[in-house]
Amino acid sequence: MAPDTDLQPVDDPAPPVRRRLAGQVAVLLGLGAAVVVSIALGASLGPVSVPLRDTVQVVLYHISSEWFAKPADPVFAQIAWEFRLPRALLGAVVGAGLAAVGVVLQAVVRNPLADPYLLGVSSGASFGAVLVLVVGSASVAGLGLSSAAFAGALIATLLVYLLAQRAGRVTPFRLILAGVSLAYLFQALYGLLLLRANPHDVQGVLIWLFGSLGSTEWSDVGIPAVGVIAGILYLLTQARPLNSLLGGEETAVSLGLDVARFRIRMLVVTSLVVGVMVAVSGAVAFVGLIIPHLCRMLVGSDHRRLLPVAALTGAAFLVLMDLAARTVLAPTELPLSIVTAVFGVPFFIWLLRQREVGREARFG
Amino acid sequence: MTGAAQGSAPPRVVVDGVSVALGGTPIVFEAGLTVGAGEMVGIVGPNGSGKSTLLRAVYRALRPGAGLVRVDGSDVWELSARQSAQRTAVVVQESGSDFVLKVADVVAMGRNPHKGPLDRDTEEDRRICAQSLARTGVSALAGRDYDTLSGGEKQRVLLARALAQQPRLLVLDEPTNHLDIRFQLELLNLVRTLGVATLTVMHDLTLALGHCDRVYVLHRGRVVADGPPAEVLTPGLVAEVFGVRSHRWVDPDTGQAHLGFSRLPDPTADVVTTAAGGPGREPG
Repeated sequence: MAPDTDLQPVDDPAPPVRRRLAGQVAVLLGLGAAVVVSIALGASLGPVSVPLRDTVQVVLYHISSEWFAKPADPVFAQIAWEFRLPRALLGAVVGAGLAAVGVVLQAVVRNPLADPYLLGVSSGASFGAVLVLVVGSASVAGLGLSSAAFAGALIATLLVYLLAQRAGRVTPFRLILAGVSLAYLFQALYGLLLLRANPHDVQGVLIWLFGSLGSTEWSDVGIPAVGVIAGILYLLTQARPLNSLLGGEETAVSLGLDVARFRIRMLVVTSLVVGVMVAVSGAVAFVGLIIPHLCRMLVGSDHRRLLPVAALTGAAFLVLMDLAARTVLAPTELPLSIVTAVFGVPFFIWLLRQREVGREARFG
Repeated sequence: MTGAAQGSAPPRVVVDGVSVALGGTPIVFEAGLTVGAGEMVGIVGPNGSGKSTLLRAVYRALRPGAGLVRVDGSDVWELSARQSAQRTAVVVQESGSDFVLKVADVVAMGRNPHKGPLDRDTEEDRRICAQSLARTGVSALAGRDYDTLSGGEKQRVLLARALAQQPRLLVLDEPTNHLDIRFQLELLNLVRTLGVATLTVMHDLTLALGHCDRVYVLHRGRVVADGPPAEVLTPGLVAEVFGVRSHRWVDPDTGQAHLGFSRLPDPTADVVTTAAGGPGREPG
């Protein structure tokens, strides 16, 4: 650093806005292409491999039957369109949602260990789902599995919030404590239910608890997809205030952010999004924790870059993980959380170590 | 360094009769102060005297139980948080982030108060950030990770962010904390050259003496003296408020005034009789 404090000539190493913007657009287009490719793979591969050409054909045909020819092989077309494509699309939406919510919650509670299920959402949802699966839907006012899971998620979040707030303000510390302790309570409750359940039911429950996109049909995709995508788009508009929060609460205030109100707004939005996701896919572990950190290592912590990159990366990642879940031990289907853990955690640890090594080298 | 640039222009900041309580405990009592355009005003006082609390009331982080804070003529509590941040920029002592940020990202945050949620950064914003980096002498660090910087570099970067807010008032909370002596002097000289009205909590009385146009002395939550530091920081006041013996001497080479400190002979400093209080108000 120059010893004098006088004004120095403006020596500006940063590239102009337009060039930086072009770079960002290129990255997002690349990731978007990766999402499309992974969905295409997800729709094509499996116990019966559908040629990529047939997959593309059936999609084009469904987009416009006037412009594009009917797919040659009706069996391939049915497998790709009826069974695999809705599942791949839902996987992309859930992956994007988990990653985006993970990014936001980590910033909002200023804790790198935060994940989308921080506020007891997954255990609340699991309790609702287990009630339906084990006791029967009559026990929860006739709600189906997804609705009961959604209701459980929202009730859990509401309880966490009520426990954590004091005079309408929540602090990250109290939120995390309340979330963790309520999660234990709900786990105890559904553990008790499972112990008393008939063993045949337990397997179905376990698959759900570990996350699964199995038996997704087109009718399952619409409403959750719209809800989650709307949530993600809203979160994308909150990048500036999220950045302000990174420097600390006091700094955020000095940058014009009403921290208390912003925090509550983010909690409400992320809870709704996570509630929808957990209702359709169960609790998929690690995606909402790993993808945000992975993307931070790649593009930094500025949420204007980080949020879209994380959402697209999460989408591609979960589609590929679901593909692995279907194919690795086919015909047995693995729960998603097991696959995300087996693939994701070693990769993450490797990345973490790379990063540390790079850091030390710079200091040395 | 006298020459308080008050003249006829209205002061940038008026704090009037402000009382603040934290969790039911009263911390600041009916404090008042002003900062004129281009003036550098210090708040000094021992630990726990309410300096930082008073400062937080000025930058709208704490709502006072009574009294008024006006910046540029507007009651800060009639402004939104964002409007207040368009006028007042703050450099606080805060633990670093667990998340990696580039220096350029940190400084770019300074534009947030001026931006709606969907506004993109323009060439104008970029130019303001580049200028802010240049004014605090850290342009070369723009591409570095913030958490790899030294303490002095970090303070300069935070100052650059504050400048990127284009504030009418700069608020600093012990800006020289954790800096070695050279960076302390450099930073305070730098702040003076910026020409922005500045309100700063100062820990070091000698630095306050050398760099502030005026100081306010806070003792147990009350302003007990104010004025040019050379007039205010008398041995009597320093003994009463800080509980130490002080003596001032002028460096014959530089002509600068310095304060030296030693323990008072009687350790029960509270009951020392003070012949000369400050020229300011006594708590009533």
